[in-house]
Amino acid sequence: MSSSAENSSGQDYSLAELMVCAASEAFRDDGEILVTGIGVLPRLAASLAMKSSNTDIMMTDSEAWLLTEPNPVSGRKPSQPQAQETWMGFSRIFDVVWSGRRHALVGPSQVDQFAQSNISALGGSYDKPKVQMLGTRGFPGNSISHANSFFVPAHSRRVFVEGECDVVCSIGYNPARLPRGYQFADIDVRMVITDLAVMDWGGPEKQLRLLSLNPGISVEQVRDNTGFDIHVPDKVPVTPTPDAEQLKIISALDPANIRARQIKDNPPGDRST
Amino acid sequence: MDKVVSAGKAVAAIESGMTIGIGGWGPRRKPMALVRELLRSDVKDLTVVAYGGADVGMLCAAGKVRKVIFAFVSLDFIPLEPFFRQARQNGEIDVMEIDEGMMLLGLRAAAWKLPYMPTCLGLGTDVTKNNPDIALVDSPYDDKQWVAMPALNLDVSLLHVDRADKRGVCQVRGPDLYMDDMFARAASNTIVSCDELVDTETFHAGDQARYVHWERSVTNMVVPLAGGAHPSSCSPLYGFDVAHFKEYNGFAKQGGFAAYSDKYLAGSEEDYQQSVGGLDAIRSLPLPVY
Repeated sequence: MSSSAENSSGQDYSLAELMVCAASEAFRDDGEILVTGIGVLPRLAASLAMKSSNTDIMMTDSEAWLLTEPNPVSGRKPSQPQAQETWMGFSRIFDVVWSGRRHALVGPSQVDQFAQSNISALGGSYDKPKVQMLGTRGFPGNSISHANSFFVPAHSRRVFVEGECDVVCSIGYNPARLPRGYQFADIDVRMVITDLAVMDWGGPEKQLRLLSLNPGISVEQVRDNTGFDIHVPDKVPVTPTPDAEQLKIISALDPANIRARQIKDNPPGDRST
Repeated sequence: MDKVVSAGKAVAAIESGMTIGIGGWGPRRKPMALVRELLRSDVKDLTVVAYGGADVGMLCAAGKVRKVIFAFVSLDFIPLEPFFRQARQNGEIDVMEIDEGMMLLGLRAAAWKLPYMPTCLGLGTDVTKNNPDIALVDSPYDDKQWVAMPALNLDVSLLHVDRADKRGVCQVRGPDLYMDDMFARAASNTIVSCDELVDTETFHAGDQARYVHWERSVTNMVVPLAGGAHPSSCSPLYGFDVAHFKEYNGFAKQGGFAAYSDKYLAGSEEDYQQSVGGLDAIRSLPLPVY
């Protein structure tokens, strides 16, 4: 075996590219909705989906316009034209969010067994947190309004925590927190894409479920790095490797290759060697 | 009618204990010159409502703030606002942490003279748990639980726009208005600084009036402050000052806000502008590319 990962065409692919392709699958069946990828790799995943598996997706320029064609995530010059088709400032984003016609791919700092997540603060008390982070941003509203998936570049027990998140920013499948008149079916936490595996919340009683293992990763590695029990089906396939067409699209969307700087040491996609 | 006043006169309307809203978003189109004027005053115990950036960080660091109502405080390319972070981690400020959309609803409720807006935002999260003052209510039309997002009534709003005339016609030509129109409507006293003070006739030409997002009766005071959003951006006139924000962030690690203040805020606004290279330097700051 070669020391670097190769797909069926014999091309090398990185872990970042593997995760981008895996995450783009989250949008395949979404139809004509607004997709938002927060951060370089999630944005690449959404852009790849828009260029391949779901061309009906709507995406913004991360500022104030809805685009017909996704902007590249790197190498854009100031005042370079973009394919904007309508205004989509922040106030109008909320009109879309609250309609439910959106799927966000976000990178929480903590995720718990209930599919709840945290980007607000860590440790200490709420009045005096050990680490103040961003604040809840749009997580509460997003999570009760539309589909959300999680992108986790460093799968560990620090992210997938025991118990509950330090600050619960997004609603999940916690029976103790379910508002009156709501059912689990009203909440839509979708996919979890990490450096180790692809998962969803389709286990018994919305337990986190292993869907596929990234090349060279074992079930034990996923279990050891997750602070709560996950559902492991009898057969767990390997996450599909990026094909030549996907790698070509990704390369065109990121000509300056900033994806190589998003995961520490830019590991190859297959870590069996 | 002439609403033009100096920054000093405008900020003199702000009293200790007031609730103030600050327009813009993160590092974008913040009324920073008005904030600097506020830093020079002896006002304290403010409640600040903002989609926060260095405006919130500086006011916290200077001990002006009792409470922050926020969904985030961030400089975007520096994700965590350093001085807001310190204030939180030292337990120095009260907070009302809400969803970004809840803030918009609270401003709308204030603008529309409603006591609250019903919404599902925040349900099932720590937003409702950590804010016991935000009531959960029944609906007369269904059996679900709803959040009653209270009106965010503001004593004063501070905003920065590209251009205004002396009667308070304000123009924002940048790609996003953010929630500035709602901040303007939610306040008893809306103070707007502008990069350029122009004649009313300016708005008569072509589609210029399409970039005027609230009517002049909503604006109470107009403060001509060219470059007044620096170090935040005022697109399309100038981008945010990445180097300045990095230096500001560095002071949080070494020297503290006092050192930043000594270097940049000891003198007048003219002194400040000279210390960052002058208006021409501000106006040539490149717009961000996302």
